[in-house]
Amino acid sequence: MKHMFKGLVAATALASVLATGVVAEEPKRGGTLLTVLGTNVRNLNPAVQSGIVTGYPGAQLFAAPLRYDDSWTPQPYLAESWEVSDDGLSVTLNLVKNATFHDGQPITSKDVAFSVEVIKANHPFKAMFAPVETVETPDDHTAILKLSKPHPALMLAMSGQLMAIIPQHIYGDVAINEVKTHPRNNENVIGSGPFKLVEFKNGEHVIMERHEGFFMEGRPYLDKIVMRIISDPAARAIAYENGELHMGAFESLPRIINRLKKVDSLTVTPEGYGGIGPLDWLAMNTTKGPLKDVRVRKAIAYAVDKKFIMNALMQGTANESRTGIHPDSPFYNADVEAYEVDLDKANALLDEAGFPMEGGKRFGLTIDFGWPGVKPQVEYVKAALKKVGIEVEVRSSADFPTWAKRMGTMDFDMSWDTVFNWGDPVIGVHRTYDSTNIAKGVWSNTQGYANARVDELAAMAAVENDPEKRKALYAEFQAIIADELPVYHVNTLPYHTVYSDKVGNPPLGIWSTSSPIDMVYLKD
Amino acid sequence: MQFLQTTMIRVAYAILLLLAVLVLNFSLMHLAPGDVADTISQSMGGADEEILNEIRRDYGLDRPFIVQLGTYIGKVLSFDLGYSFFYNQPVTKLILERLPATLLLVFSAQLLALVVGVVLGVYSARKPNGIVSHFVTLFALFGYSAPVFWTGILLLIGFSLHIQWFPVAGMRDVTIEGGFWIHFMDVARHLVLPMITLASIFFALYSRLARATMMETLGSDYVRTAKAKGLTNRQVVYKHALKNSLSPVITLAGLQFSAVVSGAVLVEAVFSWPGLGTLAFQSIIARDTPTILGILFFSALVVIVGNLLTDFALRLVDPRVGGKK
Repeated sequence: MKHMFKGLVAATALASVLATGVVAEEPKRGGTLLTVLGTNVRNLNPAVQSGIVTGYPGAQLFAAPLRYDDSWTPQPYLAESWEVSDDGLSVTLNLVKNATFHDGQPITSKDVAFSVEVIKANHPFKAMFAPVETVETPDDHTAILKLSKPHPALMLAMSGQLMAIIPQHIYGDVAINEVKTHPRNNENVIGSGPFKLVEFKNGEHVIMERHEGFFMEGRPYLDKIVMRIISDPAARAIAYENGELHMGAFESLPRIINRLKKVDSLTVTPEGYGGIGPLDWLAMNTTKGPLKDVRVRKAIAYAVDKKFIMNALMQGTANESRTGIHPDSPFYNADVEAYEVDLDKANALLDEAGFPMEGGKRFGLTIDFGWPGVKPQVEYVKAALKKVGIEVEVRSSADFPTWAKRMGTMDFDMSWDTVFNWGDPVIGVHRTYDSTNIAKGVWSNTQGYANARVDELAAMAAVENDPEKRKALYAEFQAIIADELPVYHVNTLPYHTVYSDKVGNPPLGIWSTSSPIDMVYLKD
Repeated sequence: MQFLQTTMIRVAYAILLLLAVLVLNFSLMHLAPGDVADTISQSMGGADEEILNEIRRDYGLDRPFIVQLGTYIGKVLSFDLGYSFFYNQPVTKLILERLPATLLLVFSAQLLALVVGVVLGVYSARKPNGIVSHFVTLFALFGYSAPVFWTGILLLIGFSLHIQWFPVAGMRDVTIEGGFWIHFMDVARHLVLPMITLASIFFALYSRLARATMMETLGSDYVRTAKAKGLTNRQVVYKHALKNSLSPVITLAGLQFSAVVSGAVLVEAVFSWPGLGTLAFQSIIARDTPTILGILFFSALVVIVGNLLTDFALRLVDPRVGGKK
């Protein structure tokens, strides 16, 4: 395993040489970055709260052992090097020696062990650290994660916002599973990251300034970050345009993205969201009525025109996605059935499934949606399926919990849904297809899908440390899902990052702003 | 003595009303499918079922409805509005943090609408068919019927983007350093657009009402008598007629106290004004029961106090009111 790591380092060095060859400019130190959060923050501590809103301030306040560049290669961060044992059952992190928390206390392996314990007990993604049995701390700068089985997903789970190293001397004063309500998750935060908290005003802003004792020489470049909380997308758009904001991420309204693209001083890019991996899809309840029949699900896929959704509804801002893994991921398999629109095929499949057309109608289905933004998609599905004789009734939900309840209890036929990959497929992909995860709340396997081979492939991929073999396992996994269609995968959610020409080194790695922005700087 | 008795009865009614508001809202919230654990899970990109159940346990959402209701009412009776599930902070703290921003916005908008509305209303009542009168009517109807979020965005595009006079969002520019007056001017600059937007609804109400009552008053006998006495037009309008036609306007202004929460929600959302309206909106979206109930409780209080104050104000301008029970 050691040699593999060396290979990666060499590749990384090459990649960074290539990258810096293009951007020759020397970063400038100083300045205040004006940036934005699209909703109010619930919690600033990513060890106990997931989500992209916590991710932005969270990844600045807290450092993780690893970080990723835009080519899915792990880079040293709090861990200056790491090693996976040959049996894959222990992962050794060698921590940097000069790292300190914002109060000046050294960051030690004890804090790493403590953070893993807190994340295991409080973080919503159990799959991330479930195989970690103990964390050994032979000395202050060595942490050895002992695993019950090989766990390649650990690499991504140790980066971005997913593994915040938090100080035991601050959060250790309550029971481990009570850290999620610790008062210092939101005030007097003592973190390990490049920036420290100055002020968090609920509903107004989060202000941070440079942590002078940050362990990376010369970084961060910015003196200060002001994150304003502006929930209206149109107001944010005007603020980018008139210079009140330098940068923002996770803009997803096609109309606004296209408008901002026309502004000379701004760059609007979909790069940097592969790790988050947001996907839009049509979920189908495989346990109910006509949808039990895979031919019906295929007919629906052939009748719903992806291109119309991408071109007309998403106005060209979203990309096609054919499987449950984001197209930017190295595990994505594009070589599966694409379901190009074909009404004859759809009609033939429905006839074959035993639903003949009678008076222009075959049968009825319902479609749900959880938030107003995707109403055009469900209205389109209704119109598209009418052409093949399926009468669709659109059911709206009063609010998110109402919809979540319907999904979680499988009280639906079809629904438009948006789900994130969150790095490794083990974290955010398996949950949708695993037969042991049926109807366990929203964003579980709400389709009631069960296929023993899919379960087996997922289980094998979860413990396969060889990247090529793993890729092959996921390729088959995706092919089966694309063939059996518990979910008809349509497009990526068009998250875009907007930054003005004053901003250097915008965060376009796989984690977008859920990663440290210690390299971002402001030009003169 | 009679005044004291009336007040006591009204306070007792108010307390009962508040309790009814709480029980009713608590029950309604409980009837809706799903709960705050779902929205917490949404904010985290999905959560393991184990974690969801733990959240429900932590916040007592797994207990029977009647126990939850009893616990809550008990807490409120001991002046504790509880903890926000979503923000993990005391509800009282959340509300008090947001209150000043909303008060500033609502009161300045009300004041603007009241002054401008009454002045223009009275003016157009004197010349009901003049060009100004028609213009005021048109303007008032436009302000009243245009959705505020649209008016707001329009103002933003005009005065933040094309003519960059005013900032886009928020209540202050945190990068500004300086003394009290610099900060005062900064807040004032941020206030202008949301204030005008919010005032555009109230303006219609006040100007139309002032115009109508003023026209009615101007046609009454005592105004004719006053004119016959040889008083100047000015004296008739401003000393006699205005005072008498103001009381409906004051009543209306008092009723608008409830707008502390309701009227400002959309305007606050458009301008990211860090007030109570935004908090109410977010809590409803998040199904954060303690915060929603806290805000409802609080706004019920504001309405009741507002109505009492309106009564006093009416007594001042119209002595007849005090005589009645």
